[in-house]
Amino acid sequence: MWRWLHPYAKPEATFHLVQKLLPWFLVPGIVLSVLGLVWGLAFAPPDYQQGESYRIIFVHVPAAMWSMGFYVAMAAAGLLALVWQIRTAELALLAIAPVGAVLTFISLFTGALWGQPMWGTWWVWDARLTAQLILLFLYLGVMALYVAFEDERAGAKAASILALVGVINIPIIHYSVYWWNTLHQQSTVTRAITRLEAPSIAPEMLYPLLVNIVAMMLISAVLVMLRLNNEILRREIHRPWALKYLGIAVSTPAATTGKE
Amino acid sequence: MNPRRKKRFIMTSGIIGGVAIATALVLYALSQNIDLFYTPTEIINGKGAEQVRPEVGQRIRVGGLVVPGSVRREGSGLTVSFNLIDTGPAEVIVDYEGILPDLFREGQGIVAQGILIAPNRLQASEVLARHDEEYMPPGLAEALKGVEHVPPSQWDDSQYRSNDNGADDKSENESGGGYYDR
Repeated sequence: MWRWLHPYAKPEATFHLVQKLLPWFLVPGIVLSVLGLVWGLAFAPPDYQQGESYRIIFVHVPAAMWSMGFYVAMAAAGLLALVWQIRTAELALLAIAPVGAVLTFISLFTGALWGQPMWGTWWVWDARLTAQLILLFLYLGVMALYVAFEDERAGAKAASILALVGVINIPIIHYSVYWWNTLHQQSTVTRAITRLEAPSIAPEMLYPLLVNIVAMMLISAVLVMLRLNNEILRREIHRPWALKYLGIAVSTPAATTGKE
Repeated sequence: MNPRRKKRFIMTSGIIGGVAIATALVLYALSQNIDLFYTPTEIINGKGAEQVRPEVGQRIRVGGLVVPGSVRREGSGLTVSFNLIDTGPAEVIVDYEGILPDLFREGQGIVAQGILIAPNRLQASEVLARHDEEYMPPGLAEALKGVEHVPPSQWDDSQYRSNDNGADDKSENESGGGYYDR
């Protein structure tokens, strides 16, 4: 596996791979987002007790789910950056953090909008909501730590450590509703994986939800890939391959000296 | 130590110190109230190995299922009282004056915050609804669980009026999730 992965330690190889993969994420992402949102918001039946208000689930659950998923991905990048000292992994960490932070914010915000009419409160300091708020702070901490050092490699190192330490919070978020009394209800979809119980949602609501979950992953991945490639390009801007990619090879000093 | 290194050192230790303090504060806060609420059983029989009971006059939250048939509306105002139960047989009576959340119904999970005025009676200042993790269309819910949800704002005016028999047809509602018996 390492022989297969090693070429991508070189930013150039990663850049071209991401460039190749991008349309395969972007096109299905857009199609599934439109499909999932129209299906969920317009065609799925209303809930027996929450009526139409439950429809925010089609945004809330995918965002909350991937706020944790992308955190794990970011921590994995942190591990690569720390142990194998792969620079591309540091850039990946930097690329993922703001996207994950936005997903976390969306989950908290839509949760508040949902909580007000259903529970009767915007916010309550129960274990689930608090743990998710800590996740937002972890993302913000990773971003702040990355740029808090004059030496960028040192910043990346510190951010990687924080990202890795913060992984402890992920199981706490998921199991908070089982370990403690919370206002937040228990897991509806993920329990199929973590507790081997059937999802407790009618199929005509589950299918659009699953579509939205996949769509949210694809769209977020596209944002991460764009950020990663922009960052790679920005750092490698003076390298011949980058200039060639940007199509400005002819007018640069490097190219002219090559001609002479 | 040169100024740049010193600056970095102060910055780093500041961040680490901040994170450490924040974590310590969070852990300290959580250790005392990770559970959002007491269950009725915990209020009557005591909580944990030490059987700690909340004292009368203490401000607490109680969470449980609304006992079917226990909802009473008093007078013409917004005063309402109902019983909460978890695994039983302990029940806590909740008195509340205000607008109930739309999800309130008999058998529903409720978290009430207020002051304990008797060992088993809470004067609530806030009532929050706690819905379960099940989602289904109305038809399916009626067929599967026998539940037809009517928000409190649409309750029949004569219903739940101080122990009249209007509540009887509702009393067969299943509690649904049973999510307090863990």
